[in-house]
Amino acid sequence: MTVEANDPGLSVAAGSGASLRPLLEWLARRAEPVAIGLVAILIGLALFSLFILAIGKSPITLFQLMYTGGFGSWFSIQNSLSRAAPLLLTALCVALPARLGLVIIGAEGAVVLGGVAAAASAMPFVGIVPPVVLFLFMGFAAAVVGGIWIGFAGFLRHYRGVNETISSLLLAYIAIALMNQFVEGLLRDPASLNKPSTKPLPKDYMLGQIPGMDVHWGLVIGVVACILSWVLIEITSFGFAARIAGGNVRAAQIQGLPVGKLIVGFTAIAGGFAGLAGMIEVAAVQGSANASLAAGYGYTGILVAFLARHNPLAIIPVAILLGGISASGGLIQRRMGLPDATVLVLQGTLFIVILFCETFYGRFKIFNPDLWKRS
Amino acid sequence: MEDTGIGLWGVPLAIFAGAIRVSTPFIFVSLGETITERSGRINLGLEGTLVFGAMTAYAVAVMTGSPTLGVLAAMATGAMFGTIHGWICKWPKVNDIAIGIAMMQFGLGLAFFLGKSFIQPVAPKLPSIPLGSWSAVPQVQAALNINVLFFIGAALALFLWWAFKNTRVGLILRVVGDSTDAARAMGISPDRVRLLATAAGGSLAAIGGAYLSLYYPGSWNEGISSGQGLMAVALVIFARWNPIGCFLAALLFGGAGALGPALQSVGVTQGYYLFYAAPYVLTLIILIATSSPTRALAGAPGALSLTK
Repeated sequence: MTVEANDPGLSVAAGSGASLRPLLEWLARRAEPVAIGLVAILIGLALFSLFILAIGKSPITLFQLMYTGGFGSWFSIQNSLSRAAPLLLTALCVALPARLGLVIIGAEGAVVLGGVAAAASAMPFVGIVPPVVLFLFMGFAAAVVGGIWIGFAGFLRHYRGVNETISSLLLAYIAIALMNQFVEGLLRDPASLNKPSTKPLPKDYMLGQIPGMDVHWGLVIGVVACILSWVLIEITSFGFAARIAGGNVRAAQIQGLPVGKLIVGFTAIAGGFAGLAGMIEVAAVQGSANASLAAGYGYTGILVAFLARHNPLAIIPVAILLGGISASGGLIQRRMGLPDATVLVLQGTLFIVILFCETFYGRFKIFNPDLWKRS
Repeated sequence: MEDTGIGLWGVPLAIFAGAIRVSTPFIFVSLGETITERSGRINLGLEGTLVFGAMTAYAVAVMTGSPTLGVLAAMATGAMFGTIHGWICKWPKVNDIAIGIAMMQFGLGLAFFLGKSFIQPVAPKLPSIPLGSWSAVPQVQAALNINVLFFIGAALALFLWWAFKNTRVGLILRVVGDSTDAARAMGISPDRVRLLATAAGGSLAAIGGAYLSLYYPGSWNEGISSGQGLMAVALVIFARWNPIGCFLAALLFGGAGALGPALQSVGVTQGYYLFYAAPYVLTLIILIATSSPTRALAGAPGALSLTK
């Protein structure tokens, strides 16, 4: 990788106009993650192409199909957006704790239990309250349960010193077992024979589509959650304190910041978002809680968050991109005879290369105004 | 009645047999992770390595008819995954935990991709030793029918315990794990030692996978692993990076995993899924009980990012 700062244009420009310099510095700092991210994606795609060539298929056909299946028509764009909706929320579940220096990978647990909580809380009220009120109940129950689940991992981290990566993952396995227990036992609808489920929501109690689109309201909830998270981190003092604690825990403690409250608070909010993803799956897609809740959104969310470098606003385009890639899986399977795991291989390759490219940050003079020649 | 039914005695017997059967993959993965972590690095991607090893072993056994060749092939792929992890992690600013998660997703994806065509055919199984032939009770015979890999794992645990203390390689590994700077001062290249340790760890984890697909449960499908590769990371912490501790902890986990099926076999079907969660709950309780917010874990390698 020798993309060294051999572009003389920028340094000349920086020297010539003093008034331009702040703008250029701002641009250079912003350009670094975008440029490194794009180069990483290109390297990842190149490696993946080699793999596809090695098994005797055409990577060009594959990428064309991927584009067609993900973004080629209004129909496929809507499909991609629908798939992006839960990813927005599960990615936040990884990104928010990451700003505090925590690696939480158990969003899947909050998703499935959030879904169960939403379905269970809806049962007594269907037909009694209007749908909008019911959605509030469901969303509240799902967010609280998800928040407790991931918040517990944060609590254990700060007050017991338990590694949050492992505990959140164990909690995810426990959550899936609990979900199976509820869905096949206490909450099972006797009418669901082959696939044990909770009692399905009536059609007029389902979270509908955004007007004019074939995409459910979950997308709006996800985008709003990302914007709120950005405000929380970048603008509020709570978020500022969290960023300090994420940079250096000891410094934050010496400053008297409530590190424990920050960690539990951030992990609980993160889990609340993942719980909402479960509620959306129940209210907008499945109609009931069942084993399909554990569809891997929690795990793809990890990739989305790392790709977006834990920036809530960057999560929006990245989630749509990955939603598109997964939406194209079916088409690739049908047209090229490749297994559905093709998408997983691509995701894994991209993930590794993107993390590897973290090593390039700060290495290029062009992105670092402090190293520019002063005239 | 006496000939075939042994009543409630079946439960402890089934748990004992299950502990041995279920623990074997845990033994290999946790010993592998111990080697890696003792060198000061954590590989969270062993779950992917394990599943890829399971697929490779099964595929090679189907094609060659030899389960032993399957295990060897799995070891080779495991070492490859470990080498990739070790090589990437030597670069500055690269987070070994995050790379582990990525390697896990990559390994799972690649295993499902390449293993798609091997879900149908039947592979020859790994041999086991019938230690229970003295007994007339079929359950006892079945319980004492123990796979060779279990004994190899037990011997390996003993050997590693000895080797960490008494060999030159073991000493180098521990120095690198405790202090990168001290290792450099001694003229050791920490990156190279960690790369080799991660490769060795990967190849052991792949044996665990080979056991899953070639012996118990003895088939290849996408749900072959129930998170053994990840739980092994917690198990190593519980065992305090001690190979003998890993072996005993693996037995404990195996027993917990066998609880649900054992109770089901005597007719207890209530709460089946909760018993299924027993190993995870046990792991979590052990982690909570043994961790502390104020001090580093006893026996933890000094350079390990996990416990900092």
